[in-house]
Order: sequence, then structure tokens, then C-alpha cells
Amino acid sequence: MKMLAFLANPDRFRRLTGPALPVTGLLATGLVLVGAVWALGFSPDDQVQGEAVKIMYVHVPAAWMAMAAYAFIAVASLIGYVWRHSLADVAAREAALPGFVFTLLALVTGSIWGRITWGVWWDWDARMTSMLALLFIYAGYMALWRAIENEGQAARAAALLAMVGAINLPIIKFSVDFWETLHQKASVIRADGPSMPASMLWPLAIMALGYTAFFAFHVMLRMHTVILEKRREARARPARAASTATISHPASDGSPSGEHA
Amino acid sequence: MTEEQPKKRMPRRRRQQRLMLAALIVPALTGAIGLAVIAIGQSQVYFYPPRDLPSPSELDGRTVRLGGMVVEGSIEQGLETDTSFRVTDYVETVTVVTNDMLPGLFGDNQGVVVQGTLAADGTFIAARVMAKHDENYMPAEVADALEESGRLEEYKKKGLVEQDR
Repeated sequence: MKMLAFLANPDRFRRLTGPALPVTGLLATGLVLVGAVWALGFSPDDQVQGEAVKIMYVHVPAAWMAMAAYAFIAVASLIGYVWRHSLADVAAREAALPGFVFTLLALVTGSIWGRITWGVWWDWDARMTSMLALLFIYAGYMALWRAIENEGQAARAAALLAMVGAINLPIIKFSVDFWETLHQKASVIRADGPSMPASMLWPLAIMALGYTAFFAFHVMLRMHTVILEKRREARARPARAASTATISHPASDGSPSGEHA
Repeated sequence: MTEEQPKKRMPRRRRQQRLMLAALIVPALTGAIGLAVIAIGQSQVYFYPPRDLPSPSELDGRTVRLGGMVVEGSIEQGLETDTSFRVTDYVETVTVVTNDMLPGLFGDNQGVVVQGTLAADGTFIAARVMAKHDENYMPAEVADALEESGRLEEYKKKGLVEQDR
């Protein structure tokens, strides 16, 4: 909790995470490039799926990150809701768009893979349906932020939605164990260890790390931008006490109203 | 940034109240949703394994799904006629007839989900055939090497046991 209060100061946050921006940005680019070349060029074809297995290197990290981003939003929402750290609210809000895109990417690539291997683009099994629900939760979460004008109220409403929606994460993860599904069971994160050879696991891990670096880069960059924007707004806004007395007609003297503040 | 001002005089009690609120409402709502999902899941069957497939009279022409493994050597692909194959869960076996396009992964000892109706003679008339992939990935070269040494079936069986669970 000490750590949280420490990071909740926008200036301190910017100072501490500033150096991490170029690092995560470069890592994201490098890892995804290396992972993609390795996956497409040097990883083996699967015995039954053939070349279609290559879709997995885009699909699986996207699905993981879709869930990881949501978990991040849920935790940041709890911190923002209980301790009213507005920076945690910003972190949650800015993680939603990449989370939504990861979910969409997982659904689209999964659909293409499904057409090739299963023979159908889509099927309403528990895994696919719960993943589609995640996409809608992301969309609803982003819409809720924009629907409420007061930022504090929007943050509280969105945080509650995010926390309740987190129930979908275990449902997605265990959907393939609870129910009979068309989607196969987990191949990597499972009790008996990965049922995938190292020659496929390595490029997959590199892609997943690249996606993670990109997510960290995006969220931190957006947080920095929001902090700076708010500061500029605060500077441009005239001081409240002065506004009633001297700046009732801000444009009348021809100078920008900000000068008076 | 309206949070800055009241922060200093925000009493500890209010923060704890919010924590309590979050600790009560969130688990209650998630629990309710979770129970609803489980209840729906239990009443809905995605597919029947052959041993659980109801009799033709029970189904009465309803469209259902059947899932299992394609019995090795059972696929008969007619030129003019429909394709037929047998689906098994290693307890019961059902014969399936279809004129649907067969998916890329369809083949001997591969998982399959078919959707259609059960005829009075116990033949499953499938309007749609979907192949099911298991969680095992194996490079084609390794599979070839295993086949040469005659151990591929043993490996595959291990995957099948998992899936049947």
C-alpha cells in the first residue's frame, strides 16, 4: 500500500516510468519482429494442422493478453475505487483499448484458424462465447467511461463494472474444462506442463513477451499523456476566485485568458 | 484532479466503508453471475458422447450434436453417395452419414463433432461436420520419426485418454 501511495503522485510516476518508455517500446518492436520471423520461418509445421499452426503464434498471445489486460483493469479499478488514486483510474481506462484490440485479434485469428481446421468460422461453444462476452464487456467499459461526464463518477461506475466483469476471466480459462467445447483444452498453462515441443514454445513465448511489452508501453505512454494534458488544462484554466471578479469576459481585452491566472 | 482536495481530510472510515462495499457487492454479483453460468452450463449439452446419446424416439427428430473419435478405417467416401464413418467414445459407437464438406483436420482417430438428427435405425444424419483438434502439438517431422519407430499410436492414445476424461 505504501508503494501504491508512492506511485499515485503523478510527478513521481512520470519520473519513475519515464526511462521504461523507450525500453518497453523497443522491446515490443524487437521481440515481436524476432518472434514473428522465428514463428513463420523457422518453427515446424504441426503433424495434423500443417501450416495453419502458425496462426497460433498470433492468436494465443492475443488471447492471453486480452485476459491479462482485463485482470490489470480489474486490479487498477479496485485500487482506484477504494483508495481513490485517480492515476489508478487512468491506468484502468487506458488499458481498455489495447485489451479490446487483443480480444478482437484473438477472435478473428481464431475464426480463421477454425475455418481451416474445424471447418467452421464460428461456433457457440463455451470458450468462444465467453471470449465474445469479454469483447462486449470491454466495449461496455469504454462506453461507460465516455457516457458519464463527471470524471470521478465515471471512474467509480466503470470500476464497479470492471470488478464484476472479472468473473468472466476464470470462466474463459476453465470453459474448456467445465464444458465440452469445440475449442481444445489448454496446451501451455496446464497442470502436466506444456503439451507443445520447445521448437514451438520458444517463438510463442517471445511473441507473448513482445505483446506484453507493447501493452506496458501503450498504457504508460497514455498515462504520461493524460498527466501532461491535465496539467496543461489546469494551467490554462483561470483560478476560481479571480474568474468571477476580473475575467467575466475573457476575450474582451484581446489577450488569452490564461494570462490572468 | 478533484480528488486532491478532499484527500487530506478524507476520514479513514470512509475508505474502509468503500473497501467493505467493494468486498460485499463485487463477490455477491460475481457469485450470482457465476452460479447462473454454471446452471446454464449444466442444462446445456454442447455435444453428446455416443454412450450418452438419447434413443431416436427420445430425440424425436430434434437436432443434436454428437462428439467423439473417428474410428480408424471406418471412413467410406462415396463419389455419388454420402460419406459415412463411425464415431466412438471407446464405450459406444455410432454410424454417421453426411453430405457436408469435410474439414481439413477430419480423418482417422481425429476428434469430430457432428450436428444433425438421429434416424430411427440409429444412424446419425449429420448436416454439419466439424473437426476437433486436441491440445497436443507435434512437429510433422517428429510425428514421422515416431511413426517409423512405431510409437506414434502410443503417443496419440495418451492424448485421447486425456481428452475423453
